[in-house]
Amino acid sequence: MPTPLLEMIGITKSFGGVQALKGVDFALQAGEIHGLVGENGAGKSTMMKIIAGVHSGYGGRMTIEGREVNFRSARDALAAGIGMVHQELSIVPDLSVAENVFLGKQPIGAVGQVRWSTMVREAGEQLRKLGLDVDPRTRIGSLPIGLQQLIELARVLFSGARIIILDEPTSALSPPEVEQLFSVLRALKREGRSTIFISHFLDDILRVSDAVTVFRNGRKVADSAVSTIDKGWVIEQMIGVGHDDLEESYTGAIPLAAKPSAPVVMAARNLGASRFFRDVSFDIRAGEILGIYGFMGCGQVELARTLFGKIAPDHGTLVLEGTPRRLRNTAAAKGAGIAFVPESRRSMLFHHEPVYKNASIAILDRISRLWLKPMREREITQVQIGALNIRPPRADALLGSLSGGNQQKVALAKWLTHPPKVLVLSEPTRGMDVGAKDDVVRIVRSLRDQGLAVVVVSTEPETVLSLADRILVMKKGAIAREFADGSISKDRLLEAA
Amino acid sequence: MTVQDKIAMPRPSLGFWLRNQMRNVAPFATLLCLVVFFSLASPSFATADNLANILTQISVTGIMAVGLTFVILCGEIDLSVAAVANATGIAVAYFTSQEAYVSIANIPLPGWAAIILALIGAGVLGLVNALGLTLIGIPSFIMTLAMMQIAAGVSAMLVRGQIAYAVPDIVTTIGSGSIHGVPWIVVLLACFLIVGHVVLTYTRFGRYVYMVGGNREAAEYSGVNTKVILGAVLVISGVCSGVAGMAGVAHFGSAQQNEFDTYLLDSIAAVVVGGTSLFGGRGSIGNTIVGLCVLGVLNNGLDHVQIDSFLKILIRGLILLAALVINVYAQRLRDTAAVRGEV
Ligand SMILES: Nc1ncnc2c1ncn2[C@@H]1O[C@H](COP(=O)(O)OP(=O)(O)OP(=O)(O)O)[C@@H](O)[C@H]1O
Ligand SMILES: [Mg+2]
Repeated sequence: MPTPLLEMIGITKSFGGVQALKGVDFALQAGEIHGLVGENGAGKSTMMKIIAGVHSGYGGRMTIEGREVNFRSARDALAAGIGMVHQELSIVPDLSVAENVFLGKQPIGAVGQVRWSTMVREAGEQLRKLGLDVDPRTRIGSLPIGLQQLIELARVLFSGARIIILDEPTSALSPPEVEQLFSVLRALKREGRSTIFISHFLDDILRVSDAVTVFRNGRKVADSAVSTIDKGWVIEQMIGVGHDDLEESYTGAIPLAAKPSAPVVMAARNLGASRFFRDVSFDIRAGEILGIYGFMGCGQVELARTLFGKIAPDHGTLVLEGTPRRLRNTAAAKGAGIAFVPESRRSMLFHHEPVYKNASIAILDRISRLWLKPMREREITQVQIGALNIRPPRADALLGSLSGGNQQKVALAKWLTHPPKVLVLSEPTRGMDVGAKDDVVRIVRSLRDQGLAVVVVSTEPETVLSLADRILVMKKGAIAREFADGSISKDRLLEAA
Repeated sequence: MTVQDKIAMPRPSLGFWLRNQMRNVAPFATLLCLVVFFSLASPSFATADNLANILTQISVTGIMAVGLTFVILCGEIDLSVAAVANATGIAVAYFTSQEAYVSIANIPLPGWAAIILALIGAGVLGLVNALGLTLIGIPSFIMTLAMMQIAAGVSAMLVRGQIAYAVPDIVTTIGSGSIHGVPWIVVLLACFLIVGHVVLTYTRFGRYVYMVGGNREAAEYSGVNTKVILGAVLVISGVCSGVAGMAGVAHFGSAQQNEFDTYLLDSIAAVVVGGTSLFGGRGSIGNTIVGLCVLGVLNNGLDHVQIDSFLKILIRGLILLAALVINVYAQRLRDTAAVRGEV
């Protein structure tokens, strides 16, 4: 084998007393797409941040084309041709799309002025290569999170970097965007550039990568060329043997549960909100999971926000347990027994607060009237930590120190202690590993069996298929199709979207 | 799900801790330096009498700063504190019978009624701020700037350029009396600090204040009524300013226009110098106490050393600037740490 483009030897890294990496080797060849997989908290992001110069204090050696390097900062890594898209979006919400694409490297004219028109034009071109048609002058914060993620991808993909690190780039994308991204990655590969691709979608990993490395608990446990392995092998390396049930790819027919005869808890009648969606009607009964599937930007994200009182509908009505309600704000929605987990971690978690304050905020009024009961909050959190297998299992750990997938589990834990009547989940398993997704499916189903009405909104077919009893497909802001009583496969779902 | 290695309890290194605590350590270090410096520079500085002086001098600022701490923790600002204090102080005098030579067309009422009316007035001004911010959506910076003018206008209308001297007896006692040698006004400050601390640290409302300041969107998606919280902190700030205004008027011995003008800057400075983040979510009454002491020591100490009094103003400005730089720098450290995921 030729000298690898990038080689990491015996990398160790610890945070306080937690050892995140325990002597990890990793090699990346030139012109290769390299998949990196592992459980939540396995150390994937930490390793990538070392390569990208974000973490500088670590043990072990790193070489590029055989020469040892030691990056002191992300700037050094960038200069060496390494670009990274982080798991947490790092766009600047108040800047325009173009400025975000060119963040830190704006084209400068003769007298030091920013060359706006060049910037806008080039940003537009790059976005079109990713199949996006957005005005580069729009404020990026006003766009849906999937688009933000694509724009952040554009920034790194077209930066000219030789080594491109993508940490869960597809977690907010729907299948068409994923396809587009993959074709861009393949084109970059033909130019001789290398990509490290982290994802919990093992099918995606196997489809696009040339080689796969598996991390487990701060160590590298396996690597292999993709041609010789299958999904079962990957799962086995990730979490051990005996998990055949996780392998399901939803290619076959999946039976949908029959409608329960329980009363309707929530009903929408011709609900519409300006440019987001229109004429949406459905019923949700107690003890039922309704899946709402649609590609990015089809209005399902906004629909979920409307159900939680964040967006005011401008026509139609929302009926809760038989009475039409106008939810004036999120507090009113919560009061009416509705709970909501939005798709973006940034907009639902407090990074600088401990896990227990994150987990208790939504139910604080249930555990205390006037005085806080921090011990009680910790106990409650500890229970959820156990149920969702959150790592590290400490209620006092700062949320920001958890791995991406574990943060997502905390977000879900927020509502589970005092289950509401209607639980609205937007991308509930985003960034979770296969095992954790399975846990979520189990938990949500058990809530349903307790008589909760659950709405699951996702751009990811697997999420909807694994959870829902009934599926609505949204297309361009309207309901295009309903799948109920019978069976469905991934292909038919994608066809309808 | 799998057998995990036993997860060690983190033992953060000293450097790690210092970096995290920068926001709390820096103001405290500043205070120590100032105290040491002035003690060496002037024999009259480090005396019990002077300590009492300093405490008295920071009382009025301190009571306003308690309310402001709530507002700033929410990531908002209240620029009307001094003006509201002034208006309340004048209002309480307006409802008290004045000596014959003070020609104000006032409405004398019993002492308790005057106090209650004045306090309600302060609360209403705070409520107007709150409604402007939450219902209409005017940024607090602008809304309270307007309120600053409105409150100044109310003051002007009430006194019409005159000076009033009499306030209800109880207010006089609080403003200038003392108990066992401790000025009542210092006791009042202590009460406000304690109550403020207890509310922020041990009550549900306090938690909401931090959460709304830390990430307003996340608070909203957790079903917290963020508008109610934002409104409440502005009303609290108004009431604190009102109390500070009454105590201040009694302390100064007169009620007139513009007598609180310097207190706006001082109270904001006290909160921010103490290390409470201007961006919200981080800080505490403890920080405000340190900030108040820094300001008090600085103002008082500069009077004990022989320097040009005009230079003093400049020095004060420079020290405040340094504190602000530290505040913003601490925020930056925290943000880069967040990007690295090592909060
Ligand atoms: N700043 C930090 N402070 C303390 N611990 C940290 C910090 N950053 C990461 N860790 C810990 O290091 C371990 C590895 O985290 P990392 O983010 O690399 O996981 P990951 O493999 O990317 O997981 P995920 O799939 O959930 O994103 C975790 O146990 C995490 O809690
Ligand atoms: Mg990660």
